[in-house]
This record gives sequence, C-alpha cells and structure tokens, in this order.
Amino acid sequence: MLAIGAAGPARAAPDGALLYARNCAACHGADGRGGVGVPLALPDFLATAPDEYLRRTIRLGRPGRVMPAFPHLSDAEVDAIVRHIRSFAPDVRPRPLPEGPVRGDPKRGAELYARHCAACHGPDGEGGKGTGVTFSRPRDLPIVAPALNNPGFLAAASDAQIKATLMWGRKGTPMPSFLKQGLSERDIDDIVAFVRSFERRPRKRRADLKDEPPVLVRESASDYAATVENVKQAVVGQNFRLIRVQPLEQGFFPEGEASRAETIVYFCNFNFLYKALAVDPRVGLFLPCRVTVVERAGKVLVMTINPTRLAALFNNEELDELCERMRELYEAILEDSTL
Amino acid sequence: MSARLLSKAFAALAAGAALALGLATARADELVMVRSLQAFPETMLTLQEAIRRHGYVISRVQRVDVGLTRMGYKTDLYRVVFYGKPEEIRRLRRDYPDLIPYLPLKLSVFAENGQTLVVGVRPLALWAFFDHPELFDVFARWDRDLQSILDEVREAC
Repeated sequence: MLAIGAAGPARAAPDGALLYARNCAACHGADGRGGVGVPLALPDFLATAPDEYLRRTIRLGRPGRVMPAFPHLSDAEVDAIVRHIRSFAPDVRPRPLPEGPVRGDPKRGAELYARHCAACHGPDGEGGKGTGVTFSRPRDLPIVAPALNNPGFLAAASDAQIKATLMWGRKGTPMPSFLKQGLSERDIDDIVAFVRSFERRPRKRRADLKDEPPVLVRESASDYAATVENVKQAVVGQNFRLIRVQPLEQGFFPEGEASRAETIVYFCNFNFLYKALAVDPRVGLFLPCRVTVVERAGKVLVMTINPTRLAALFNNEELDELCERMRELYEAILEDSTL
Repeated sequence: MSARLLSKAFAALAAGAALALGLATARADELVMVRSLQAFPETMLTLQEAIRRHGYVISRVQRVDVGLTRMGYKTDLYRVVFYGKPEEIRRLRRDYPDLIPYLPLKLSVFAENGQTLVVGVRPLALWAFFDHPELFDVFARWDRDLQSILDEVREAC
C-alpha cells in the first residue's frame, strides 16, 4: 500500500490565490487593500508581520472582532494563503525579529499607553469602534485601530512584532513611528510589556450565545386577525415604523393562492438600523425587523427570530450588545401583542 | 458518507466554536461572504439570475438603502434578497412552524468602493439551530446551492 502511495502522483499544492479569493477577499479585498477587514497589502505591515503571525491569525481569528477562525483549512492551505498575501508586495521580506519576551515595566507602560495609544486603541486595548469601510468609517481612513487586548491578536503577535510596529509605525495607516514621536526604546519596551499584560486580565465570555433558543414565541390570547392588529400597534408603541404586512407565502405563489395562515409584520427603526450598520455591515441578515403571526390547531402564535442566537454567528461583540437590545425590544413587542 | 454521519459531523463543527484560547469565535464556515468585482447593479443582476438558475424564486428585494435615504441617513447601496422554492417553503412552514421566522432564505448585498459584497447565513448553520435531523438533506442541498450561487457571483467579471 505504501509503495503504491509513494508511486502515485504527488498531490498538487493548494492554490493560494483561489483560497484567498474564497476565504479572505470578501473582507480584505481581492488585492489586499482592505474593506470590511484590514488592508493586508501594506508594505509596512508585511515587513513586520512574520509568517507565523499570519498563520496564527488565520487559524485563531479575532474573537468578537468579526475576523473568524479558519480551523477547517489544512496547514498546507494556510501556508498557501500566506504565500499569496506575501505576493501583494513581492519585494518586501519580513524583517528578522528577535525571539523571546521584551522586558519592560508594565506600570510605566500603562501611563505611556494612556498618553500615546489609548485615543485610537481604547483605554483597555479594546480597539476602534465598528468595522466596514462602507458604513462605519470614511473611505479615506484605511483601518479601524486593532484591538490589542484581543486574545487572537495576543496569541498571534510576538513582543518583538508589537515593538517593531511601535518603533517604525505603519505607513498608509494612522499608526505613527513612536521613535519619531520622541519615545525612547525603553518607553516602547514598557508599552509592549503593558500590552502583553492584557493577557492576564479576565475577559467576558460569549460562548453561551450558542445556547440561546433560535426563536422567540408567545401564544396570543386574541384571535388571529386581532393579534395581527395588536402586533402592528405594539411595533409602533416600541418606536418602530411599520413597513408592510404580508402573508409569508407572498411572492412565491400567485395572488389568491398564497396561504394566509401566517402573516408577517415588517418594521424598522431607522436610527437603530443606521447604528447597527456602522457596527457591522452584515446586519442585513437581520433585516427587516419582523414578527410573524401564525395560526395552528386553534392557537395563535406570535414569533420572531432570536437576534442573540443569530448574533453568535457574526463574531462581533459590539453587535452582540445591539442584538441583546433588539431581543429586549422583540420580547416587549411579543408581550404587548399577546396580552 | 451517509447523511446521518454528515449531519453529526456538521453538528460537531457547529458546536465546536470554542478555540484553544478558551473563547468562542464564530467559525468562518457559518456565514458566507463573497466579493464581486462587478459594480452593484451588475452584481444584483448576476445574483438574481444565479438564484433563478438554481430553481429558486425571488419573492422580494428589500431596498434598505432607499428606506435609510428617505429618512435622511447617508448610506451606500444596500439590498436584501429573499428567495426560496415555493413548494418547499409551503411544506416547511406548514410542517415545521418553528422554522417560520427564518423563512424565506435571504442574502444581503451591499456596495463597497465600486465592488459588491454578498453575505448570507450558511443553511447548514441554520439547520444546526433546530432539532430536525430529518431536514438535513434539505438544508444540505440549500447549502450546496448557495455555495454554487455565490461562486457564480464571485467569478462573474
């Protein structure tokens, strides 16, 4: 068997361009110039990002910051993607960086961080708000400041890499060279030590979102027609604008043939929507807000998606908070319309 | 591999979101997003043709950007496309009322710098929300069709 295997044709190397197109281009752009995700084609980024950083970032993602984990890709596929990312700037080789921890004073680093870094990266390293060039930031701002306290970032980036970024900055982004800004190498070491200390801080867990029920449902005390009217009133009562009311099957069957056993009430709070789009441009998958009235076996049910369950797929902690608020609003609408 | 084995494998994948870091991160295979190098109108056309070619009906296109603009908000082009197979929608809403809030299927489409992004929830990720193992084949077929539809969008020039 082994001999047959050895004599067989060699397995073709994974196609990095194709894998990048399928897995990365949607967010990072076909040419690596960024979009929803950060730009990868910046020479300064590629000069300070070792292959291992790219590999770990692909594998682990950034929990809670949109970038998902790719555990299903093989090592060879990850390597092929890394080679493709390198091809965006073929003349740029990653600078050799020393191994091992950077020694610094995290207490002093905390003061320097508050003065020089917190304005963009957040006081606790939580990063800039929002994502998505389209809706949450001007098109001339190429990047939202990364979350330095993110466990995916901390697991991927070495001390030396963080130090190199602080020392040299990143052209094409708002990140300056802090040597040029007047900090000493010792100052920078202290900031690195402070950033590394984020690893020891407790972090909120979001794992239990996956245990949420997928659907919110209440049984109505009124008949079907009255319940539909109740939902419309409840929606307006919660400061939503009614968009339309239609049978679930509308658009699938000719008029008159669509079942009327389910009625969808669509509604929107445009201010809420606008904020949500700034947090995550993919929120269209929650849209429009909707409650469905269903009649089954003499019972009238009022049901909707559970936004917090769906949010678990999005890997965006800011969106989790909005979905929690949306869930409360849905619960209130269900409550008001079924009492 | 049998449908049951596949079903178990996907459930394990969907449930296995906890990383070695001890934190939950959404897996890249629960949502699917593709970038089209075409502008928004051409992508909408390609997408709608691909959906229809796979045997689905588009029941509605929600013009999110129009609503936002009317209310005074500045936004780029943004639409939600609802689709499904009529007889399947009818059967599922009749026999599985808990699925109703997630029917019909939908995709979000939005413009970005002359290009267009299309994003959807993987039907198999939705299937993992519910306890209907007998529906695995339906969701798996939707999943394959969605991948194929989005491949067409991504490859269109």
